Amino acid sequence: MLDILVSGLLLSGTYALVAMGLNLQYGVARIMNLANGEVLVLGALASFWLYTTSQISPILTVILVIPISFIGNYLIYRFLLTPLVRRSKTQGALEVDSILATFGMSFIFIGIMVSIEGGFFFYKYLSEPIQILGSTTSLNRLVAFLIAVLIGAGLYLWLNLSRPGIAVRAVSVSTEASGLVGINVPRISALAFALGGTITAVGGALISTFITLDASIGVVFTLKALIIVIMGGVGEIRGAIVAAVILGIVETAVATLIDPGLTLASAYFIFILILLFRPQGLFGRRAV
Amino acid sequence: MKRANWQELLWVAIIVVLAAFWPMLANGYWLGIGVDMMMYIALATSWVLFSGPTHYISLASAAFFGVGGFIVGTGMSDYEASFWSMLALSAVVGGALAALIGLATLRLSGVYFVIFTLGLAEMIRNLVSWIQNNFLGSRGLYVLTDFTDKHLYWMLLVTAAAVYLLGWIISRSRLGFALRIIGGDETVARHVGINTAMAKVILFTSTGFFGAIVGAIIAPRWSYIEPNQVFSPQLSFFVVIMALLGGSGRLWGPIVGVVPFLLIWNWVDANFPHQSILVLGLAFLVIVYFLPHGFVGRIDQLRARARGRS
Repeated sequence: MLDILVSGLLLSGTYALVAMGLNLQYGVARIMNLANGEVLVLGALASFWLYTTSQISPILTVILVIPISFIGNYLIYRFLLTPLVRRSKTQGALEVDSILATFGMSFIFIGIMVSIEGGFFFYKYLSEPIQILGSTTSLNRLVAFLIAVLIGAGLYLWLNLSRPGIAVRAVSVSTEASGLVGINVPRISALAFALGGTITAVGGALISTFITLDASIGVVFTLKALIIVIMGGVGEIRGAIVAAVILGIVETAVATLIDPGLTLASAYFIFILILLFRPQGLFGRRAV
Repeated sequence: MKRANWQELLWVAIIVVLAAFWPMLANGYWLGIGVDMMMYIALATSWVLFSGPTHYISLASAAFFGVGGFIVGTGMSDYEASFWSMLALSAVVGGALAALIGLATLRLSGVYFVIFTLGLAEMIRNLVSWIQNNFLGSRGLYVLTDFTDKHLYWMLLVTAAAVYLLGWIISRSRLGFALRIIGGDETVARHVGINTAMAKVILFTSTGFFGAIVGAIIAPRWSYIEPNQVFSPQLSFFVVIMALLGGSGRLWGPIVGVVPFLLIWNWVDANFPHQSILVLGLAFLVIVYFLPHGFVGRIDQLRARARGRS
Protein backbone atom coordinates (compact mmCIF):
# COMPACT_ATOMS: atom_id res chain seq x y z
CA MET A 1 0.00 0.00 0.00
CA LEU A 2 2.74 2.40 1.00
CA ASP A 3 4.76 1.23 -1.99
CA ILE A 4 1.94 2.30 -4.27
CA LEU A 5 1.67 5.72 -2.65
CA VAL A 6 5.40 6.38 -2.82
CA SER A 7 5.99 5.29 -6.37
CA GLY A 8 2.72 6.82 -7.54
CA LEU A 9 3.70 10.11 -5.98
CA LEU A 10 7.17 9.98 -7.54
CA LEU A 11 5.65 9.24 -10.95
CA SER A 12 3.18 12.10 -10.63
CA GLY A 13 5.99 14.64 -10.34
CA THR A 14 6.98 14.24 -13.96
CA TYR A 15 3.34 13.88 -15.02
CA ALA A 16 2.55 17.21 -13.41
CA LEU A 17 5.48 18.82 -15.19
CA VAL A 18 4.39 17.52 -18.58
CA ALA A 19 0.79 18.58 -17.94
CA MET A 20 2.01 22.10 -17.04
CA GLY A 21 3.68 22.22 -20.43
CA LEU A 22 0.50 21.22 -22.22
CA ASN A 23 -1.49 23.64 -20.10
CA LEU A 24 0.68 26.50 -21.33
CA GLN A 25 0.18 25.43 -24.92
CA TYR A 26 -3.56 24.84 -24.72
CA GLY A 27 -4.58 27.23 -21.97
CA VAL A 28 -2.54 30.21 -23.13
CA ALA A 29 -1.57 29.75 -26.77
CA ARG A 30 -4.96 28.05 -27.47
CA ILE A 31 -3.26 25.32 -29.50
CA MET A 32 -4.51 21.80 -28.91
CA ASN A 33 -1.11 20.20 -29.39
CA LEU A 34 -1.46 16.50 -30.10
CA ALA A 35 2.25 16.26 -30.89
CA ASN A 36 2.94 16.97 -27.23
CA GLY A 37 3.73 13.33 -26.45
CA GLU A 38 6.14 13.14 -29.36
CA VAL A 39 7.99 16.19 -28.08
CA LEU A 40 8.26 14.34 -24.78
CA VAL A 41 9.65 11.26 -26.52
CA LEU A 42 12.11 13.48 -28.41
CA GLY A 43 13.44 14.66 -25.05
CA ALA A 44 13.66 11.03 -23.95
CA LEU A 45 15.49 10.09 -27.14
CA ALA A 46 17.99 12.92 -26.61
CA SER A 47 18.86 11.69 -23.14
CA PHE A 48 19.00 8.04 -24.24
CA TRP A 49 21.16 8.83 -27.23
CA LEU A 50 23.59 11.10 -25.43
CA TYR A 51 23.90 8.65 -22.56
CA THR A 52 24.54 5.56 -24.67
CA THR A 53 26.84 7.19 -27.21
CA SER A 54 28.85 9.58 -25.07
CA GLN A 55 27.94 8.83 -21.43
CA ILE A 56 26.45 12.28 -20.90
CA SER A 57 24.35 12.24 -17.75
CA PRO A 58 20.61 12.76 -18.33
CA ILE A 59 20.67 15.65 -15.88
CA LEU A 60 23.14 17.45 -18.11
CA THR A 61 20.94 16.54 -21.08
CA VAL A 62 18.05 18.33 -19.41
CA ILE A 63 20.08 21.53 -19.46
CA LEU A 64 21.00 20.96 -23.11
CA VAL A 65 17.40 20.18 -24.05
CA ILE A 66 16.07 23.48 -22.69
CA PRO A 67 17.46 25.91 -25.30
CA ILE A 68 17.08 23.49 -28.23
CA SER A 69 13.46 22.63 -27.59
CA PHE A 70 12.61 26.25 -26.78
CA ILE A 71 13.91 27.41 -30.15
CA GLY A 72 12.37 24.44 -31.95
CA ASN A 73 8.93 24.95 -30.45
CA TYR A 74 9.12 28.70 -31.01
CA LEU A 75 9.85 28.14 -34.70
CA ILE A 76 6.98 25.64 -34.98
CA TYR A 77 4.58 28.15 -33.48
CA ARG A 78 5.89 31.06 -35.50
CA PHE A 79 5.94 29.40 -38.92
CA LEU A 80 3.46 26.53 -38.80
CA LEU A 81 0.82 27.50 -36.28
CA THR A 82 0.61 31.29 -36.59
CA PRO A 83 -0.88 31.04 -40.12
CA LEU A 84 -3.60 28.81 -38.68
CA VAL A 85 -4.29 31.24 -35.83
CA ARG A 86 -4.63 34.10 -38.35
CA ARG A 87 -6.77 32.08 -40.75
CA SER A 88 -9.32 30.74 -38.28
CA LYS A 89 -12.39 32.78 -37.56
CA THR A 90 -13.52 30.93 -34.46
CA GLN A 91 -11.92 29.02 -31.63
CA GLY A 92 -13.57 25.85 -32.97
CA ALA A 93 -12.02 26.22 -36.40
CA LEU A 94 -8.61 26.81 -34.84
CA GLU A 95 -9.03 23.69 -32.75
CA VAL A 96 -9.80 21.52 -35.78
CA ASP A 97 -6.89 22.99 -37.76
CA SER A 98 -4.41 22.76 -34.92
CA ILE A 99 -5.44 19.19 -34.15
CA LEU A 100 -4.84 18.13 -37.74
CA ALA A 101 -1.60 20.08 -38.10
CA THR A 102 -0.14 18.76 -34.87
CA PHE A 103 -1.15 15.23 -35.90
CA GLY A 104 0.92 15.73 -39.00
CA MET A 105 3.82 16.96 -36.91
CA SER A 106 3.53 14.04 -34.52
CA PHE A 107 3.88 11.57 -37.40
CA ILE A 108 6.84 13.46 -38.78
CA PHE A 109 8.49 13.37 -35.35
CA ILE A 110 7.84 9.64 -35.09
CA GLY A 111 9.31 9.11 -38.55
CA ILE A 112 12.44 11.03 -37.61
CA MET A 113 12.82 9.20 -34.31
CA VAL A 114 12.34 5.77 -35.86
CA SER A 115 15.11 6.52 -38.30
CA ILE A 116 17.42 7.40 -35.38
CA GLU A 117 16.45 4.57 -33.03
CA GLY A 118 13.86 2.00 -34.01
CA GLY A 119 13.98 -0.05 -30.82
CA PHE A 120 13.44 0.69 -27.16
CA PHE A 121 15.29 3.58 -25.53
CA PHE A 122 16.78 1.35 -22.88
CA TYR A 123 19.58 2.49 -20.61
CA LYS A 124 20.47 2.29 -16.96
CA TYR A 125 21.10 5.44 -15.00
CA LEU A 126 21.08 5.73 -11.21
CA SER A 127 19.06 2.55 -10.97
CA GLU A 128 20.32 1.47 -7.53
CA PRO A 129 17.56 0.81 -5.00
CA ILE A 130 16.89 3.23 -2.18
CA GLN A 131 14.55 3.27 0.81
CA ILE A 132 11.90 5.96 1.30
CA LEU A 133 9.56 5.64 4.29
CA GLY A 134 10.29 1.96 4.43
CA SER A 135 9.39 1.26 0.81
CA THR A 136 11.95 0.42 -1.82
CA THR A 137 12.23 2.41 -4.99
CA SER A 138 15.05 3.39 -7.33
CA LEU A 139 17.21 6.47 -7.08
CA ASN A 140 16.44 7.68 -10.62
CA ARG A 141 12.74 8.02 -9.78
CA LEU A 142 13.54 10.20 -6.79
CA VAL A 143 16.01 12.34 -8.76
CA ALA A 144 13.51 12.82 -11.60
CA PHE A 145 10.82 13.76 -9.09
CA LEU A 146 13.03 16.31 -7.35
CA ILE A 147 14.07 17.96 -10.62
CA ALA A 148 10.46 18.03 -11.78
CA VAL A 149 9.39 19.68 -8.52
CA LEU A 150 12.20 22.19 -8.81
CA ILE A 151 11.27 23.17 -12.36
CA GLY A 152 7.57 23.18 -11.58
CA ALA A 153 8.07 25.44 -8.56
CA GLY A 154 10.24 27.76 -10.62
CA LEU A 155 7.56 27.98 -13.29
CA TYR A 156 4.87 28.62 -10.70
CA LEU A 157 6.84 31.47 -9.14
CA TRP A 158 7.65 32.91 -12.56
CA LEU A 159 3.98 32.86 -13.55
CA ASN A 160 2.89 34.54 -10.34
CA LEU A 161 5.65 37.05 -9.65
CA SER A 162 7.29 38.14 -12.88
CA ARG A 163 5.83 40.63 -15.35
CA PRO A 164 5.87 38.31 -18.41
CA GLY A 165 4.49 35.54 -16.20
CA ILE A 166 1.52 37.67 -15.25
CA ALA A 167 1.01 38.57 -18.93
CA VAL A 168 0.93 34.85 -19.73
CA ARG A 169 -1.75 34.29 -17.12
CA ALA A 170 -3.73 37.26 -18.39
CA VAL A 171 -3.76 35.83 -21.92
CA SER A 172 -4.95 32.51 -20.53
CA VAL A 173 -7.96 34.28 -19.00
CA SER A 174 -8.92 36.26 -22.09
CA THR A 175 -7.05 36.98 -25.30
CA GLU A 176 -9.27 39.94 -26.20
CA ALA A 177 -9.02 41.66 -22.83
CA SER A 178 -5.25 41.15 -22.67
CA GLY A 179 -4.90 42.75 -26.07
CA LEU A 180 -6.90 45.73 -24.83
CA VAL A 181 -4.65 46.33 -21.84
CA GLY A 182 -1.58 46.44 -24.04
CA ILE A 183 -0.26 42.89 -23.89
CA ASN A 184 1.33 41.69 -27.10
CA VAL A 185 -0.85 38.59 -27.40
CA PRO A 186 0.90 36.92 -30.37
CA ARG A 187 4.26 37.30 -28.65
CA ILE A 188 3.04 35.97 -25.32
CA SER A 189 1.29 33.07 -27.07
CA ALA A 190 4.50 32.16 -28.88
CA LEU A 191 6.42 32.39 -25.61
CA ALA A 192 3.89 30.19 -23.83
CA PHE A 193 3.90 27.62 -26.62
CA ALA A 194 7.69 27.46 -26.72
CA LEU A 195 7.92 27.28 -22.94
CA GLY A 196 5.29 24.56 -22.82
CA GLY A 197 7.16 22.49 -25.39
CA THR A 198 10.43 22.97 -23.51
CA ILE A 199 8.92 21.77 -20.25
CA THR A 200 7.43 18.75 -22.02
CA ALA A 201 10.78 17.80 -23.55
CA VAL A 202 12.50 18.16 -20.17
CA GLY A 203 9.82 15.93 -18.68
CA GLY A 204 10.58 13.37 -21.39
CA ALA A 205 14.29 13.42 -20.62
CA LEU A 206 13.47 12.81 -16.94
CA ILE A 207 10.91 10.06 -17.56
CA SER A 208 13.34 8.18 -19.79
CA THR A 209 15.62 7.56 -16.81
CA PHE A 210 13.07 5.24 -15.18
CA ILE A 211 10.59 4.21 -17.89
CA THR A 212 11.76 2.60 -21.12
CA LEU A 213 10.16 4.38 -24.06
CA ASP A 214 10.11 3.87 -27.81
CA ALA A 215 9.45 6.14 -30.76
CA SER A 216 5.75 5.37 -31.06
CA ILE A 217 4.71 5.68 -27.40
CA GLY A 218 4.12 9.45 -27.57
CA VAL A 219 0.37 9.29 -28.02
CA VAL A 220 -0.06 7.59 -24.64
CA PHE A 221 1.69 10.51 -22.95
CA THR A 222 -0.30 13.04 -24.96
CA LEU A 223 -3.42 11.37 -23.71
CA LYS A 224 -2.31 11.27 -20.08
CA ALA A 225 -1.26 14.91 -20.16
CA LEU A 226 -4.60 15.87 -21.70
CA ILE A 227 -6.52 13.91 -19.11
CA ILE A 228 -4.54 15.62 -16.34
CA VAL A 229 -5.16 19.05 -17.83
CA ILE A 230 -8.88 18.41 -18.19
CA MET A 231 -9.13 16.86 -14.74
CA GLY A 232 -7.38 19.83 -13.17
CA GLY A 233 -9.23 22.41 -15.23
CA VAL A 234 -7.73 24.11 -18.29
CA GLY A 235 -5.30 26.86 -17.27
CA GLU A 236 -5.18 25.76 -13.62
CA ILE A 237 -1.62 24.96 -12.54
CA ARG A 238 -2.61 23.82 -9.05
CA GLY A 239 -5.40 21.70 -10.46
CA ALA A 240 -2.95 20.02 -12.80
CA ILE A 241 -0.67 19.12 -9.89
CA VAL A 242 -3.50 17.54 -7.89
CA ALA A 243 -4.75 15.73 -10.99
CA ALA A 244 -1.26 14.43 -11.75
CA VAL A 245 -0.97 13.02 -8.24
CA ILE A 246 -4.36 11.30 -8.58
CA LEU A 247 -3.48 9.82 -11.96
CA GLY A 248 -0.01 8.75 -10.83
CA ILE A 249 -1.32 6.94 -7.77
CA VAL A 250 -4.33 5.34 -9.50
CA GLU A 251 -2.13 4.12 -12.34
CA THR A 252 0.46 2.67 -10.00
CA ALA A 253 -2.27 1.01 -7.96
CA VAL A 254 -3.86 -0.57 -11.02
CA ALA A 255 -0.48 -1.66 -12.36
CA THR A 256 0.58 -3.36 -9.13
CA LEU A 257 -2.77 -4.74 -7.97
CA ILE A 258 -4.37 -5.80 -11.25
CA ASP A 259 -2.19 -5.71 -14.38
CA PRO A 260 0.45 -3.33 -15.78
CA GLY A 261 -1.28 -3.53 -19.17
CA LEU A 262 -4.29 -1.67 -17.83
CA THR A 263 -2.73 1.69 -16.95
CA LEU A 264 -4.26 3.37 -19.99
CA ALA A 265 -7.64 1.86 -19.20
CA SER A 266 -7.43 3.27 -15.67
CA ALA A 267 -6.61 6.71 -17.07
CA TYR A 268 -9.68 6.40 -19.28
CA PHE A 269 -11.79 5.40 -16.35
CA ILE A 270 -10.81 8.60 -14.52
CA PHE A 271 -11.45 10.55 -17.70
CA ILE A 272 -14.98 9.19 -18.02
CA LEU A 273 -15.76 10.03 -14.41
CA ILE A 274 -14.53 13.59 -14.95
CA LEU A 275 -16.54 13.99 -18.14
CA LEU A 276 -19.69 12.69 -16.52
CA PHE A 277 -19.52 14.48 -13.20
CA ARG A 278 -17.18 17.44 -13.43
CA PRO A 279 -16.42 18.37 -17.04
CA GLN A 280 -15.03 21.76 -16.06
CA GLY A 281 -12.30 20.03 -14.05
CA LEU A 282 -11.72 19.66 -10.33
CA PHE A 283 -10.61 23.26 -9.93
CA GLY A 284 -12.13 24.84 -13.02
CA ARG A 285 -14.99 27.26 -12.87
CA ARG A 286 -18.16 26.33 -14.66
CA ALA A 287 -18.38 28.06 -18.02
CA VAL A 288 -21.34 30.41 -18.33
CA MET B 1 -31.24 21.93 -55.30
CA LYS B 2 -33.49 18.91 -55.14
CA ARG B 3 -32.78 17.89 -58.71
CA ALA B 4 -29.05 18.08 -58.13
CA ASN B 5 -29.51 15.75 -55.18
CA TRP B 6 -31.21 13.12 -57.31
CA GLN B 7 -28.60 13.57 -59.98
CA GLU B 8 -25.84 12.93 -57.45
CA LEU B 9 -27.60 9.79 -56.26
CA LEU B 10 -27.87 8.57 -59.84
CA TRP B 11 -24.17 9.13 -60.46
CA VAL B 12 -23.22 7.26 -57.32
CA ALA B 13 -25.55 4.40 -58.30
CA ILE B 14 -23.83 4.15 -61.68
CA ILE B 15 -20.41 4.12 -59.98
CA VAL B 16 -21.57 1.37 -57.59
CA VAL B 17 -22.81 -0.79 -60.48
CA LEU B 18 -19.57 -0.31 -62.40
CA ALA B 19 -17.51 -0.99 -59.30
CA ALA B 20 -19.34 -4.30 -58.84
CA PHE B 21 -17.61 -5.61 -61.99
CA TRP B 22 -14.11 -5.04 -60.65
CA PRO B 23 -13.61 -8.61 -59.36
CA MET B 24 -14.34 -9.91 -62.90
CA LEU B 25 -11.54 -7.80 -64.32
CA ALA B 26 -8.92 -8.01 -61.63
CA ASN B 27 -7.54 -10.72 -59.45
CA GLY B 28 -4.69 -11.27 -57.07
CA TYR B 29 -2.87 -8.05 -56.27
CA TRP B 30 -5.34 -5.64 -57.85
CA LEU B 31 -8.35 -7.36 -56.33
CA GLY B 32 -6.62 -7.05 -52.96
CA ILE B 33 -6.21 -3.34 -53.53
CA GLY B 34 -9.87 -3.19 -54.51
CA VAL B 35 -10.82 -4.75 -51.16
CA ASP B 36 -8.63 -2.22 -49.34
CA MET B 37 -10.21 0.61 -51.26
CA MET B 38 -13.76 -0.55 -50.60
CA MET B 39 -12.94 -0.98 -46.94
CA TYR B 40 -11.61 2.56 -46.65
CA ILE B 41 -14.40 4.01 -48.79
CA ALA B 42 -16.98 2.47 -46.47
CA LEU B 43 -15.11 3.64 -43.35
CA ALA B 44 -14.37 7.12 -44.67
CA THR B 45 -17.93 7.65 -45.90
CA SER B 46 -19.31 6.69 -42.52
CA TRP B 47 -16.74 9.04 -40.98
CA VAL B 48 -17.93 11.90 -43.18
CA LEU B 49 -21.51 11.08 -42.23
CA PHE B 50 -20.72 12.28 -38.72
CA SER B 51 -17.70 14.54 -39.01
CA GLY B 52 -18.67 16.28 -42.22
CA PRO B 53 -21.57 18.29 -40.86
CA THR B 54 -20.41 18.52 -37.22
CA HIS B 55 -16.66 19.20 -37.83
CA TYR B 56 -15.83 16.86 -34.95
CA ILE B 57 -12.74 14.81 -35.72
CA SER B 58 -13.40 11.24 -34.72
CA LEU B 59 -10.44 8.92 -34.25
CA ALA B 60 -12.58 6.03 -33.13
CA SER B 61 -12.70 4.18 -36.48
CA ALA B 62 -10.02 1.72 -35.41
CA ALA B 63 -11.89 0.97 -32.20
CA PHE B 64 -15.16 0.08 -33.97
CA PHE B 65 -13.33 -1.76 -36.71
CA GLY B 66 -11.42 -3.76 -34.11
CA VAL B 67 -14.55 -4.54 -32.12
CA GLY B 68 -16.17 -5.92 -35.27
CA GLY B 69 -13.20 -8.08 -36.18
CA PHE B 70 -12.73 -9.28 -32.66
CA ILE B 71 -16.37 -10.27 -32.14
CA VAL B 72 -16.36 -12.27 -35.35
CA GLY B 73 -13.10 -13.91 -34.29
CA THR B 74 -14.23 -14.78 -30.78
CA GLY B 75 -17.68 -15.95 -31.85
CA MET B 76 -16.49 -18.17 -34.68
CA SER B 77 -13.43 -19.54 -32.97
CA ASP B 78 -14.56 -20.03 -29.36
CA TYR B 79 -18.33 -20.45 -29.68
CA GLU B 80 -18.69 -21.88 -33.18
CA ALA B 81 -21.19 -19.22 -34.14
CA SER B 82 -21.96 -18.47 -37.77
CA PHE B 83 -20.34 -15.56 -39.55
CA TRP B 84 -23.64 -13.82 -40.25
CA SER B 85 -24.90 -13.87 -36.68
CA MET B 86 -21.56 -12.48 -35.51
CA LEU B 87 -21.73 -9.79 -38.19
CA ALA B 88 -25.11 -8.73 -36.85
CA LEU B 89 -23.85 -8.84 -33.27
CA SER B 90 -20.80 -6.73 -34.03
CA ALA B 91 -22.95 -4.11 -35.74
CA VAL B 92 -25.14 -3.87 -32.65
CA VAL B 93 -22.16 -3.75 -30.28
CA GLY B 94 -20.37 -1.17 -32.44
CA GLY B 95 -23.47 1.01 -32.49
CA ALA B 96 -24.03 0.64 -28.76
CA LEU B 97 -20.39 1.46 -27.99
CA ALA B 98 -20.59 4.57 -30.15
CA ALA B 99 -23.83 5.63 -28.49
CA LEU B 100 -22.25 5.32 -25.03
CA ILE B 101 -19.15 7.26 -26.07
CA GLY B 102 -21.36 9.85 -27.70
CA LEU B 103 -23.52 10.25 -24.62
CA ALA B 104 -20.45 10.72 -22.43
CA THR B 105 -18.53 13.14 -24.63
CA LEU B 106 -20.72 14.80 -27.24
CA ARG B 107 -22.65 16.89 -24.74
CA LEU B 108 -19.38 18.76 -24.10
CA SER B 109 -17.01 20.67 -26.32
CA GLY B 110 -15.55 18.96 -29.37
CA VAL B 111 -12.05 18.79 -27.93
CA TYR B 112 -13.09 16.29 -25.28
CA PHE B 113 -14.51 14.07 -27.96
CA VAL B 114 -11.30 14.11 -30.02
CA ILE B 115 -9.17 13.37 -26.97
CA PHE B 116 -11.45 10.55 -25.93
CA THR B 117 -11.36 8.88 -29.32
CA LEU B 118 -7.60 9.40 -29.66
CA GLY B 119 -6.61 6.57 -27.35
CA LEU B 120 -9.80 4.57 -27.56
CA ALA B 121 -8.55 1.82 -29.86
CA GLU B 122 -5.40 1.39 -27.79
CA MET B 123 -7.40 1.27 -24.56
CA ILE B 124 -9.83 -1.34 -25.89
CA ARG B 125 -6.90 -3.35 -27.19
CA ASN B 126 -5.34 -3.33 -23.71
CA LEU B 127 -8.63 -4.37 -22.15
CA VAL B 128 -9.23 -7.14 -24.67
CA SER B 129 -5.70 -8.53 -24.29
CA TRP B 130 -6.09 -8.49 -20.55
CA ILE B 131 -9.43 -10.30 -20.66
CA GLN B 132 -8.03 -12.86 -23.07
CA ASN B 133 -4.91 -13.48 -21.02
CA ASN B 134 -6.72 -13.81 -17.72
CA PHE B 135 -10.10 -15.29 -18.49
CA LEU B 136 -10.22 -16.81 -21.95
CA GLY B 137 -6.78 -18.35 -22.13
CA SER B 138 -6.22 -18.21 -25.86
CA ARG B 139 -4.56 -15.31 -27.57
CA GLY B 140 -5.18 -15.91 -31.24
CA LEU B 141 -8.51 -16.56 -32.92
CA TYR B 142 -9.24 -18.40 -36.14
CA VAL B 143 -11.79 -17.19 -38.64
CA LEU B 144 -12.27 -19.85 -41.28
CA THR B 145 -14.84 -19.23 -44.00
CA ASP B 146 -15.28 -20.00 -47.67
CA PHE B 147 -15.14 -16.32 -48.56
CA THR B 148 -12.50 -15.15 -51.00
CA ASP B 149 -11.43 -11.57 -51.70
CA LYS B 150 -14.16 -11.40 -54.33
CA HIS B 151 -16.94 -11.96 -51.78
CA LEU B 152 -15.42 -9.57 -49.28
CA TYR B 153 -15.20 -6.95 -51.99
CA TRP B 154 -18.88 -7.25 -52.81
CA MET B 155 -19.92 -7.20 -49.18
CA LEU B 156 -17.87 -4.07 -48.60
CA LEU B 157 -19.33 -2.48 -51.71
CA VAL B 158 -22.83 -3.12 -50.42
CA THR B 159 -21.85 -1.66 -47.04
CA ALA B 160 -20.35 1.44 -48.64
CA ALA B 161 -23.44 1.91 -50.79
CA ALA B 162 -25.67 1.50 -47.73
CA VAL B 163 -23.66 4.11 -45.83
CA TYR B 164 -23.97 6.49 -48.74
CA LEU B 165 -27.69 5.91 -49.08
CA LEU B 166 -28.23 6.45 -45.37
CA GLY B 167 -26.24 9.66 -45.55
CA TRP B 168 -28.21 10.78 -48.56
CA ILE B 169 -31.51 10.15 -46.79
CA ILE B 170 -30.30 11.91 -43.64
CA SER B 171 -29.14 14.93 -45.59
CA ARG B 172 -32.68 15.37 -46.93
CA SER B 173 -34.33 14.85 -43.55
CA ARG B 174 -34.99 17.13 -40.59
CA LEU B 175 -32.00 15.56 -38.86
CA GLY B 176 -29.72 16.52 -41.73
CA PHE B 177 -31.00 20.06 -41.66
CA ALA B 178 -30.39 20.23 -37.93
CA LEU B 179 -26.86 18.93 -38.39
CA ARG B 180 -26.05 21.56 -40.99
CA ILE B 181 -27.12 24.24 -38.53
CA ILE B 182 -25.01 22.66 -35.79
CA GLY B 183 -22.02 22.64 -38.13
CA GLY B 184 -22.60 26.28 -38.98
CA ASP B 185 -22.97 27.49 -35.42
CA GLU B 186 -23.77 25.25 -32.52
CA THR B 187 -24.97 28.07 -30.26
CA VAL B 188 -27.48 29.18 -32.88
CA ALA B 189 -28.63 25.59 -33.28
CA ARG B 190 -29.24 25.30 -29.55
CA HIS B 191 -31.14 28.58 -29.49
CA VAL B 192 -33.54 27.59 -32.23
CA GLY B 193 -34.44 24.55 -30.16
CA ILE B 194 -32.37 21.75 -31.71
CA ASN B 195 -31.32 19.01 -29.34
CA THR B 196 -27.73 19.21 -30.54
CA ALA B 197 -26.35 16.45 -28.33
CA MET B 198 -29.01 13.99 -29.47
CA ALA B 199 -28.48 14.72 -33.17
CA LYS B 200 -24.74 14.18 -32.80
CA VAL B 201 -25.15 10.98 -30.78
CA ILE B 202 -27.49 9.49 -33.41
CA LEU B 203 -25.04 10.21 -36.19
CA PHE B 204 -22.06 8.94 -34.25
CA THR B 205 -23.95 5.74 -33.47
CA SER B 206 -24.33 5.09 -37.18
CA THR B 207 -20.57 5.59 -37.60
CA GLY B 208 -19.88 2.98 -34.94
CA PHE B 209 -22.45 0.63 -36.43
CA PHE B 210 -20.86 0.68 -39.88
CA GLY B 211 -17.29 0.71 -38.57
CA ALA B 212 -17.94 -2.55 -36.74
CA ILE B 213 -19.61 -4.07 -39.80
CA VAL B 214 -16.55 -3.29 -41.93
CA GLY B 215 -14.27 -4.79 -39.30
CA ALA B 216 -16.42 -7.91 -39.18
CA ILE B 217 -16.39 -8.30 -42.96
CA ILE B 218 -12.61 -7.94 -43.13
CA ALA B 219 -12.04 -10.55 -40.41
CA PRO B 220 -12.21 -13.62 -42.71
CA ARG B 221 -9.42 -12.11 -44.80
CA TRP B 222 -6.91 -12.54 -41.99
CA SER B 223 -8.12 -16.00 -40.89
CA TYR B 224 -5.96 -15.60 -37.76
CA ILE B 225 -6.86 -12.69 -35.49
CA GLU B 226 -4.87 -11.08 -32.72
CA PRO B 227 -5.89 -7.97 -30.75
CA ASN B 228 -2.71 -6.17 -31.81
CA GLN B 229 -3.66 -6.60 -35.41
CA VAL B 230 -7.32 -5.59 -35.43
CA PHE B 231 -6.94 -2.60 -33.10
CA SER B 232 -4.26 -0.83 -35.09
CA PRO B 233 -4.56 2.91 -34.25
CA GLN B 234 -3.11 3.76 -37.64
CA LEU B 235 -6.39 2.84 -39.27
CA SER B 236 -8.16 5.77 -37.62
CA PHE B 237 -5.62 8.19 -39.01
CA PHE B 238 -5.88 6.68 -42.46
CA VAL B 239 -9.62 7.13 -42.44
CA VAL B 240 -9.34 10.75 -41.35
CA ILE B 241 -6.70 11.56 -43.97
CA MET B 242 -8.58 9.93 -46.81
CA ALA B 243 -11.86 11.53 -45.87
CA LEU B 244 -10.31 14.99 -45.52
CA LEU B 245 -8.22 14.61 -48.64
CA GLY B 246 -11.36 13.92 -50.60
CA GLY B 247 -13.25 16.59 -48.74
CA SER B 248 -15.68 16.14 -45.89
CA GLY B 249 -18.17 18.61 -47.32
CA ARG B 250 -19.74 16.02 -49.60
CA LEU B 251 -20.71 12.44 -49.00
CA TRP B 252 -18.95 11.26 -52.13
CA GLY B 253 -15.79 13.11 -51.15
CA PRO B 254 -14.07 10.05 -49.65
CA ILE B 255 -14.17 8.25 -53.00
CA VAL B 256 -11.89 10.83 -54.58
CA GLY B 257 -9.67 10.77 -51.48
CA VAL B 258 -9.32 7.03 -50.93
CA VAL B 259 -8.34 6.00 -54.45
CA PRO B 260 -5.33 8.31 -55.01
CA PHE B 261 -4.16 8.09 -51.41
CA LEU B 262 -4.12 4.29 -51.33
CA LEU B 263 -2.29 4.09 -54.64
CA ILE B 264 0.36 6.56 -53.48
CA TRP B 265 0.55 4.89 -50.10
CA ASN B 266 1.11 1.42 -51.56
CA TRP B 267 3.86 2.78 -53.75
CA VAL B 268 5.55 4.56 -50.84
CA ASP B 269 5.19 1.53 -48.60
CA ALA B 270 6.73 -0.75 -51.21
CA ASN B 271 9.64 1.54 -52.07
CA PHE B 272 10.37 3.44 -48.86
CA PRO B 273 8.95 1.33 -46.02
CA HIS B 274 10.87 3.20 -43.33
CA GLN B 275 9.73 6.61 -44.42
CA SER B 276 6.05 5.74 -44.71
CA ILE B 277 5.10 7.35 -41.41
CA LEU B 278 6.80 10.56 -42.50
CA VAL B 279 4.59 10.56 -45.57
CA LEU B 280 1.53 10.15 -43.36
CA GLY B 281 2.60 13.23 -41.41
CA LEU B 282 3.25 15.24 -44.55
CA ALA B 283 -0.17 14.26 -45.88
CA PHE B 284 -1.81 15.81 -42.81
CA LEU B 285 0.17 19.01 -43.24
CA VAL B 286 -0.65 19.20 -46.96
CA ILE B 287 -4.35 18.90 -46.17
CA VAL B 288 -4.29 21.55 -43.46
CA TYR B 289 -2.22 24.10 -45.37
CA PHE B 290 -3.07 23.52 -49.01
CA LEU B 291 -6.32 21.55 -49.26
CA PRO B 292 -8.46 22.68 -46.33
CA HIS B 293 -11.61 21.52 -48.11
CA GLY B 294 -10.08 18.55 -49.88
CA PHE B 295 -10.29 17.69 -53.55
CA VAL B 296 -14.01 18.32 -53.48
CA GLY B 297 -13.41 21.89 -52.34
CA ARG B 298 -10.92 22.36 -55.17
CA ILE B 299 -13.36 20.93 -57.72
CA ASP B 300 -16.13 23.24 -56.51
CA GLN B 301 -13.73 26.17 -56.70
CA LEU B 302 -12.74 25.37 -60.28
CA ARG B 303 -16.36 24.86 -61.24
CA ALA B 304 -17.34 28.21 -59.78
CA ARG B 305 -14.49 29.85 -61.65
CA ALA B 306 -15.47 28.19 -64.94
CA ARG B 307 -19.05 29.32 -64.46
CA GLY B 308 -17.89 32.85 -63.71
CA ARG B 309 -15.93 32.97 -66.95
CA SER B 310 -18.61 31.66 -69.30
